[in-house]
Amino acid sequence: MIEDIKKYRYTDGKPNLRRFHQARWDEPVIFELNQPGQRGVLLPATEAEIKEEVGDVLATIPETMRRKQPPALPEIAQAQVLRHYLRLSQENLGADLNVDIGQGTCTMKYNPKVNEQLSRLPGMAEIHPLQDEDTVQGILEIMYRFERMLKEISGMDRFSFQSQAGSQSIYTCAAIMRAYHQANGEASQRDEVITTIFSHPSNAACAKVTGYKVITLYPDEDGYPDLIALKEAVSERTAGLMITNPEDTGIFNPKITEFVKVVHDAGGLCFYDQANANGILGITRARDAGFDMCHFNLHKTFATPHGCGGPGGGAAGVSKELAKFLPVPVVGCDGSRYFLDYDRPDSIGKIRSFYGVAPVVLKAYAWVMSLGAEGLKEVAQVAVLNNNYLLKKMLEIPGVSAPYAAGKHRIEQVRYSWQDLYEETGISSEDIGLRAADFGLHYWTSHHPFVVPEPNTLEPTESYTKAEIDEYVGVLRQIAQEAHTDPDLVRTAPHNSTVHRIDDHDPLDNPEKWAVTWRAYQRKLKQK
Amino acid sequence: MNQKKSVVYPYIPNSEPAIKKQMLAEIGVSSIEALYADIPEALRLKKALDIPEPFLSEYELVRHVEEILAKNKTCKDHLNFRGAGCYQHFVPAVCDEINGRSEFLTAYAGEPYDDHGRFQALFEYSSMMGELLEMDVVNVPTYDGFQAAGTSIRMASRLTGRKEALVCGPISPDKLSMINTYCSPDISILQIDFDPGTGQIDLDALEKAISKKTAAIYFETPSYLGLVPIQGKEISGLAHKNGAECIVGVDPISLGILAAPSQYGADIVCGDIQSLGMHLQYGGGQAGFIATRDEEKYLIEYPSRLFGITPTTVPGEYGFGDVAYERTSFAIREQGKEWVGTASALWGITAGVYLALMGPQGLTEVGQVVMEKSHYAARQLAKIKGLESPKFTGPFFREFVVDFSQTGWTVSEINSALLEFGLFGGKDLSQEFPELGECALYCVTEILQQRDIDRMAAAVKEILK
Repeated sequence: MIEDIKKYRYTDGKPNLRRFHQARWDEPVIFELNQPGQRGVLLPATEAEIKEEVGDVLATIPETMRRKQPPALPEIAQAQVLRHYLRLSQENLGADLNVDIGQGTCTMKYNPKVNEQLSRLPGMAEIHPLQDEDTVQGILEIMYRFERMLKEISGMDRFSFQSQAGSQSIYTCAAIMRAYHQANGEASQRDEVITTIFSHPSNAACAKVTGYKVITLYPDEDGYPDLIALKEAVSERTAGLMITNPEDTGIFNPKITEFVKVVHDAGGLCFYDQANANGILGITRARDAGFDMCHFNLHKTFATPHGCGGPGGGAAGVSKELAKFLPVPVVGCDGSRYFLDYDRPDSIGKIRSFYGVAPVVLKAYAWVMSLGAEGLKEVAQVAVLNNNYLLKKMLEIPGVSAPYAAGKHRIEQVRYSWQDLYEETGISSEDIGLRAADFGLHYWTSHHPFVVPEPNTLEPTESYTKAEIDEYVGVLRQIAQEAHTDPDLVRTAPHNSTVHRIDDHDPLDNPEKWAVTWRAYQRKLKQK
Repeated sequence: MNQKKSVVYPYIPNSEPAIKKQMLAEIGVSSIEALYADIPEALRLKKALDIPEPFLSEYELVRHVEEILAKNKTCKDHLNFRGAGCYQHFVPAVCDEINGRSEFLTAYAGEPYDDHGRFQALFEYSSMMGELLEMDVVNVPTYDGFQAAGTSIRMASRLTGRKEALVCGPISPDKLSMINTYCSPDISILQIDFDPGTGQIDLDALEKAISKKTAAIYFETPSYLGLVPIQGKEISGLAHKNGAECIVGVDPISLGILAAPSQYGADIVCGDIQSLGMHLQYGGGQAGFIATRDEEKYLIEYPSRLFGITPTTVPGEYGFGDVAYERTSFAIREQGKEWVGTASALWGITAGVYLALMGPQGLTEVGQVVMEKSHYAARQLAKIKGLESPKFTGPFFREFVVDFSQTGWTVSEINSALLEFGLFGGKDLSQEFPELGECALYCVTEILQQRDIDRMAAAVKEILK
């Protein structure tokens, strides 16, 4: 009789949890693959006539500036290099492979394959940044068009795409803030930037790099940014406000216009960190709330891939008044021809080489063009729908809570707390995260400091199905149960992942032991 | 019945009306609107966004984007002699295969347990860079070579407690602009000139400028104008004698033949890795590295992630994790070193693949071939009447300055004419270095063949005839 395999995969009509096992190739470090004499790739040689004409060109370089020994790189044939890296890739959990709602604040949405293909066409991949403008009209047109879209989405008047990621955009805006106060002769007086603890740490860190003292506000009792605290913090020393909204808790600050007004009245500028913009596209705009500057992460909100941590894309937007300070160049159009505008004497100068990550701008543009105005709003609405559905399901798990704004809905993410579970079982949020790896899922706690105890930040975006969200919640429910029934299983996780737990962090924190390269590791082993 | 049917978007599974309704019911609200209750009415956008009509089908989207990109002329259908910070080197197919893998391309910030591959690949990248640089600490890539230089100078300032840096020799004005903006709150940047004949750093000027206020001397090899400084030891000696750090900016692809800067006294080495397996991408392939000796005082000044190797609970298993994480802005916000965030990890992984494919022989060969071909090109141009090529007598790698001032033509005119021959001529330097007159920076890598170089030289000759 033919067997019904499927029936074993369901309990009470619901799918069982996935019996996942991550790839475990037990792959050596690449230097161990060394086979002297082998080649991974051969290069075009120099023609004999050239050699004859130029002679020993290396002799033009003095002995002291020439390499004596070839670099001690491994020697590996091509298929073996490929195999090594393919194995490493399999030991990595890309968003394409998992229900990647566990990396809250990161907006791990689907990165359309077609956009990736477009970005690898010769018309994008094989153009040099210093080609004459007439030969790069296509990419300039893309940048120009995309700037128009972001202007409409944010209400701002000009954008620069020169920054390579969110933090560099935040830095750009901090530098513009400084330039603005310098132009007004108030730079030395205005030396403080105000941020909130649930804004990304880069707001505080970039302000500091720009030369500011940082004042960090904590939330009021309900978890909203504290307006009274802000009023106490502002003064003639205030350079500006740099905040995320909705904050990393997923809570939208309903008094945001008052925040802006308080800072404006004190003579400061307001920067809107829009890393969490996914739930508000087409719903509300930075400029309409009175902000002077904002930024978007193209690798978050605009669906370009995160690349293991870059290259991303940052878009820094400013009001008309601040446009003259943007990095050079910006893209202009005289009606028929696109050009790079360097004639900007008040500019803060360069932030990054060339014009930022152009292929990321292309991918973001293609993404918007696949959706249009209605589609963008649909993105936001479904991201919020998914998040509030997830919130409902999460709160059904004993041991989890969503601190602050009790009973309220959230925008695109929530910072949960496993404090109750921790008190009952001793299983921490970090333990839960490691166990989640056994189910093929990412899991993130929170930025530091942990204001929310035993935190866990989840952001389901618009990209996942109800069944996938249910799967994620199902795994967390299972782990919460295990915390009671078999806490050691959780405490010793992961079991089904590529590697096991690192219990001893001394080799990563002790200068005698840490090794950031293989050569450092070999040297320290010999010294042992 | 002409009612518009709502679109179910392929990237938004829950845009399907029935499922949406079901989820709203589970939440206990009647509409998505209700979920936005915290956003005040006054802030709600009352109109539809004014952006172009979309191409809902993937096919139409491709047509649209391809039509725009077709307006670009590319370095595939033209011979390219432009570099100046972004280089058209050979990109092995395996590099693209690996950086196009979903597992790497779409991952982000997972833990070493679920994203072990990324940690190992980046540890290996740093390790291979370490061999090339002969240094024990190399960071997970930062944004680009500009950022690497800016951060290196800030690191030196923190290390020495001093607030002045000397930037020596020809440097990209764009890079100098970035360094100035980045360091300006508390570090002064002073520029040390180069000899107009050799292009070498003016040591006398450097000696006069250095003092106990100097945090660092920064110079590049090859420099922005392609020149290889010959006084590495003297410069680092001068830095150390004055208690300053010696920072050297380098393109790692040159290090198969050029000495690793650590060998002539560099304390911090930085640069861009775009040459190591990244396509041009209109400048999108840049990524920066910073390297130092493995001393605690250096390591704790890095803002970047540093991935280290460590045992796990299973004997023989390689584990990886963040080294000295507590120094970062992730850990301690504004108290951390500068900031850390998304930067260029995928290009780091790709550069690792490139170095593994090339090996010691490949790196040595590419350096040699680039030297030979670029020198050949300089000689062919030198044969043309009125051209000074190379303009500077000092040694050069990959790029050299050609002076057209005696021809009566501007570089801009020559480049426009070269375009008609299907060529992108050298980078016009007349705006950035007006004191040089009508000069261009020509770049020749291993991918250009003798016939390509000859074709370029013949075209220049033809234009000037």
